[in-house]
Amino acid sequence: MRRASALVLLLVLAAGLAVVLAKIPFGQDKIGVGNHYIEKGVTETGATNIVTSVVVSYRGFDTLGEVTVLFAAALGVTTLLFVERPQERKKREPASLIVATGSRLLFPLIILFGIYIFLHGHLTPGGGFQGGAVIASGFLLLYLARPGQTMRRKNLSAAESLGGLVFVVVGLLGIVFSGYFLQNFLPKGHPNLLLSAGIIPLVYIAIGVKVGSELGRIIGDLVERD
Amino acid sequence: MIVLQAILIVIMIAAAVATSIFKDLMNAVIACAAVSLIASLLFYMLDAPDVAMAEAAIGAGLTTAIFVLAIRKTQRYEP
Amino acid sequence: MDALYNSMYYVGAGALILIGLYMVLVKANLIKIMLGISFMDTGLHVLLIAIGYVRGRTAPILSQALLEAGEGPPAVVDPVPQALVLTAIVIGVGVLALGLSIAVKVYEHYGTLDAGRIKGLKW
Repeated sequence: MRRASALVLLLVLAAGLAVVLAKIPFGQDKIGVGNHYIEKGVTETGATNIVTSVVVSYRGFDTLGEVTVLFAAALGVTTLLFVERPQERKKREPASLIVATGSRLLFPLIILFGIYIFLHGHLTPGGGFQGGAVIASGFLLLYLARPGQTMRRKNLSAAESLGGLVFVVVGLLGIVFSGYFLQNFLPKGHPNLLLSAGIIPLVYIAIGVKVGSELGRIIGDLVERD
Repeated sequence: MIVLQAILIVIMIAAAVATSIFKDLMNAVIACAAVSLIASLLFYMLDAPDVAMAEAAIGAGLTTAIFVLAIRKTQRYEP
Repeated sequence: MDALYNSMYYVGAGALILIGLYMVLVKANLIKIMLGISFMDTGLHVLLIAIGYVRGRTAPILSQALLEAGEGPPAVVDPVPQALVLTAIVIGVGVLALGLSIAVKVYEHYGTLDAGRIKGLKW
C-alpha cells in the first residue's frame, strides 16, 4: 500500500518536472543579472575569479548566513555526542607501519595544500570552503593513523571562534569606513596579483580557518564517542 | 564528448539504484560515494571548476567518512 | 543526437531527485532515509548547474588571456548558479552531520533503527 502510493506520487512529480523543464532550453544564452557581474566584476571588486566576487562581495550576506548555519550544526553535534569524561575505550590494535609513517609525511603537506587553496581564492578556482574541507581531511587521516588519540578541544575552538570573529569585524569596519556592511574598503590594486581585491583575501582566510576547524571538530566528536 | 557524458549519467543513475537495493549498509555508502564522484566529474564538464572542487572534497570525502563512523556505532545490516 | 544532448542532463538530475524521494518515502532504516536526503541534494545541484550552462563558452575565471582578449564582454558561463550551489553543498553536509548524530542517539536509546518501531515517530 505504501509502495503503491509512493510510486503514484513519483509519477505525478515526474510529469510535473517534465512539463516545467521542457520550457527551459539547454545551452542557450539566458543570463540575466550575471551579465552585470561579468562585465563590471573586475573593476568593481578587483577579483578575477567571478564566482568568488559573487560569493564574498556581491552576495556576502548570504555567506554570513551560511557560516552561521554551519556553526549551529557543529554546535548541535557537540551537544548530542559530547561525553565529559570518556569511559575507557576498547583496546584497538595500532595501525600498520605504512599508514603510520605515511601519515606523518602527508599531514603537513595536506595542511599546506589547504592553505594554498584558500589563499589564492580570488585568482584561481578555490576558496575558503574547499580549503577548509581539505584541512578537515587531514585531521581524518590523523584519526585513522593513531587510534586512541584525542583532540585538543581548546585550540580548535579558539581557531573556529577567531575565524568567525574576523569575518564579522571586517564587515563592521566596512560600516565605519564606507557606510555599508561588508563594503570593500581596502584598495583594490592591480588584478591578477596576490595582494589585490580589497577585503576578499581576508574574508576567505577567516572562512577557511573556521570551516576547517569546524569540520575537524565534527569528525572528532563522531570518532571519540565509543 | 557527448557520448562520454551520456555514459557517465547512466552510470550515476545505476549507482543510485544500487544504493537503494543493497542490504549491507557499507556497500550502500560506497555506492553513494560513487554517485558523488561522478557528479563532481559532471560539474567539471559543465564548466564549473569551483563547484567540482567543493563536491569532490566534501561529498566524496567527508560525507563518506561521517556515514561510516555512524554505521560503526549502530547496526550494519538492514533487517 | 541533438534531442539526446538537449535533454540528458535534465533527465539524469530529475531521476536522481526522484530516486532520493523514493528512498525517503519507502525505506524504514534511518540510515537509508539520510542517504535519500543526500541524493535529493546532489540531484538538485546538478540540475541548477545544468540550467546555467551556455554552449560554446568557458569557465568564469578571467585569466590574463581573457582579460586582454579584446572587444566586448568575456564569453563565460553564468556565475550566479555556481555561487548558490557552493553555499548549498556546505549546508547539505551540515544537515547530514546533525541527522546522523540524532540517529546514533536514537539507536542508543531504543535499541533499533527501524522507523516503524520507534514510538516517538508515530502519529
